[in-house]
Amino acid sequence: MSDDKELEKKKAAEEARSKAEELKREKAEQEPPEEKVKNSKIAPDKEEDPSDEKESDKELAKKKAAAAAKAKAAALAKKKAKEQKETESGKKEDTDEESSKKKPVKEAAEADRKQKEQEAEPKDADTEEDKEKKKAAAAAKAKAAAKRKKEAAEGADGEDEKAKAVAAAKAKAAAARAKKKAADKGEEEEEKPSPNQPLLDKYVKVLKDHLGEDIFEDFYINRLSKHVPTLVAKRDTYHRIAEFLRFNDQLGFDYLSELHGTDFESHMEVYVHLFSFKNLQSLALKVKIDRDNPEIDSVVDLWQGANWPECEAYDLLGIRFRNHPDLKRILLGEDWVGHPMRKDYEPYDVEV
Amino acid sequence: MIRTEEMMLNVGPQHPSTHGVFRLVIKVDGETIVEATPVIGYLHRGTEKLAEDLQYTQIIPYTDRMDYISAMTNNYVLCHAVETMMGAELPDRAEYLRVLAMELGRVASHLVWFGTYLLDIGAVSPFLYAFREREMIINLLNELSGARLTFNYMRVGGVKWDAPDGWLEKVREFVPYMREQLKGYHDLVTGNEIFLNRVKGIGKYTKEEAIQYSLSGANLRCTGVEWDLRKHETYSVYDRFDFNVITREGGDAWSRYQCRMAEIEESLKIIEQAVEQIPDDGKYMGKVPRIIKAPKGEAFVRIESPRGEIGCYIASEGKKEPYRLKFRRPSFYNLQILPKLLKGENMANLITILGGVDIVLGEVDG
Repeated sequence: MSDDKELEKKKAAEEARSKAEELKREKAEQEPPEEKVKNSKIAPDKEEDPSDEKESDKELAKKKAAAAAKAKAAALAKKKAKEQKETESGKKEDTDEESSKKKPVKEAAEADRKQKEQEAEPKDADTEEDKEKKKAAAAAKAKAAAKRKKEAAEGADGEDEKAKAVAAAKAKAAAARAKKKAADKGEEEEEKPSPNQPLLDKYVKVLKDHLGEDIFEDFYINRLSKHVPTLVAKRDTYHRIAEFLRFNDQLGFDYLSELHGTDFESHMEVYVHLFSFKNLQSLALKVKIDRDNPEIDSVVDLWQGANWPECEAYDLLGIRFRNHPDLKRILLGEDWVGHPMRKDYEPYDVEV
Repeated sequence: MIRTEEMMLNVGPQHPSTHGVFRLVIKVDGETIVEATPVIGYLHRGTEKLAEDLQYTQIIPYTDRMDYISAMTNNYVLCHAVETMMGAELPDRAEYLRVLAMELGRVASHLVWFGTYLLDIGAVSPFLYAFREREMIINLLNELSGARLTFNYMRVGGVKWDAPDGWLEKVREFVPYMREQLKGYHDLVTGNEIFLNRVKGIGKYTKEEAIQYSLSGANLRCTGVEWDLRKHETYSVYDRFDFNVITREGGDAWSRYQCRMAEIEESLKIIEQAVEQIPDDGKYMGKVPRIIKAPKGEAFVRIESPRGEIGCYIASEGKKEPYRLKFRRPSFYNLQILPKLLKGENMANLITILGGVDIVLGEVDG
C-alpha cells in the first residue's frame, strides 16, 4: 500500500516537473530570466490535477517540483546570460538543436582567442597601434553593452548587470587558464620524453587505424599522475574506444579500476582508469560532456564493475549513463533534490 | 505438491552481521534466495564534498573515518596522491614508519575480519583471541600516533612525529608473539570440520568474473590472479622487502580465508624487515612548503589496502584545497558482485558470503 502511494507521489512529482519544464521552455524564448523563474515557480500549482491524494503528499510533491523547476530555471538563466555575453548579440531565438549546440562553441572559441590576443599584449610596450586596438576594443565593448542593455530593457537590468560581471570574470579566468596552459606546454617541450610515450603512441596508432582518424579530442601523458597515458575521447566515440580497448587482443584492458565524474564548471568529465592484466599497463580514458545536458554511454556492458560507480556519478553529479541496466541514486535517497558534487549545488531541505 | 510463496526479507540496516549499516533486500522462495538487492548509503558523509573546502592536511582526519578498520592506508593514499603531484621526496625514516604503521594496520584489519567472520558463522571464541592480539596492535599504533583508531598520523611529506623511544623494540617483540598466536588460530579454526563445511565451495566465482566485476585485494587473489600493488606497482619502500603475494585457486570463501590468513604472515615478514632496515637518523619529515599546494592538474594513484585497491584522484587548480577529490573505495567495488553471488544461494550461506567480501561500511558509503 505504502509502495503504491510512493509511486503515486513520484509520478505526480515527475509530471509536474516535466510540465514545468515544458512551460519554461516555451516562455524562455520571449521572457527575461527573472520572470521565467517566477513563472516556473508557479507552474506546478497550475498543472496540479485534483486527485484524491493526501494533502501532505501533494504538498511535498509540489515543493519538490518547485525546487527542481527553480534549480533548472536558474541554471537556464545562467546559461542564457553567459551565452548573451559570449555571442555579444543578446539575441537567442535559435531553437534548432544543431546550430544552437555548435554556435556557442564556435563563438566562445572566437571570444577566447580575442581575449588571449588582448592578454598577450606586452604591458610595457604601449605602442600607438596597441592603443588604437584597445580603443577599438573598448568601443566595441561599449557598443555591445549598450545593445545588450537595450535588449534587456524590461526590468532585467540588475540581473543583466550581475550576469555580465559573472561572465566577464569567467572569460578572464578562461583566458588566464589558456595562458597558463600554453606556458606549461612550453616547459614540457624542454623536458625529456616520458617513458610511457611509446605506449601512448602505440595506443593512439592502433585506435586510429581501427576506428578512424577523428576519434580523439586530445591525448597526452599525464606527468603528474605517474606518467599515465591519457586519452580524451569524443562524446560519440567514447563507447567505441572503450569497447576496442576492452576487447582488442593486443591491448586487453580487462580491468576497470576506477570511474568517476567531475564538474569542471565549463564542462563535465568522466574519468575512467583502466588496467590490462595481460600487459600490466594502466590507461586513463576521459570524455568531456555537456554540463547542461550531461549524458554519456554507459560502459557497464564492457565492465560489470562500472555499474555502481556510474550510479554514484549519476547520484552526485547528475550524469545520465545511457543503457545503464539500473541507474539509481545509490548513496543518497531517491527523494534527494539536486546533485551535491555539482559546483552550483544548493542544498534543499523540505523542513527549512 | 508443496507450493511456496516468494517472500521479501530485509537484512539490516542494523543487522550485526553487516558490520555497520548495510541493508540487503532479499526475495526468498522457501530457503532459496531468488534476488538480493544491496541498499547502501546509510553512512554517506559526503567526505568528497567536504574536502573541497579543506586544505590537504585538514582532509587527513576525514580519511581516517572512511575505512576505520585500517585508517593508516587511507592516510597514506591521500598523502601519496599529493606527494606524487608535488614530486615531494620523503626521508627514508618517514617511509619506514609509514610502512610499519600500514602493515601493523593490515594485520589488525585481517584480525578483525577473522574474528568477526568466525563470529558471523557461529564460532565465538576466535573473536576473543583475535581481538586480544588486535588490541596489542592498537596499543602500538596508539603510542605512535596518539589515537586508537583515527590515527591522523601521516602528513604530506612525512609523518606527524617520530616513533617514541622503545617503540621499535616493542614492534620487534610483537612479531614472534603474533606468529605463535597464528599457529593457535590455525589449530583452532583452520582444520575445524564445521568451519570447512561452511566455507568450502561457497560464494564461488572465477578469475574472469573477479576481473569483470573490478574486485581487488584478497577477493581477486583468491581466484589465482597474482596481483598486489605493493609488489607490482610498488610504492613507498615496498621494493626493499622480501615478501610473497598470496594467491589461491578456489575462488570461494575458503580461498579468501586462506589468503587473508597467509597475508598476516607476509605482513609480519615486512614488519620484521622494516624494523631491521629503518635508518636511525631521526628525520621523519621531508622538505615541503608550510602550506601544501598540489600543482595544477590531476592525478590518480592507487595502493593496496587490506580490502583491496584503494585509490585517490585529485584534480587541483594549484590552490590549498583540491578542486575535486575522489576516493576509489575498494569495499564499494568489491560489494558489487554480491547480488550475483547470492542469487540461487541457500539462505544459510548469505552471511558466509557477505562476510567473506570483507566490507567496511564507512568505506562503502564514503
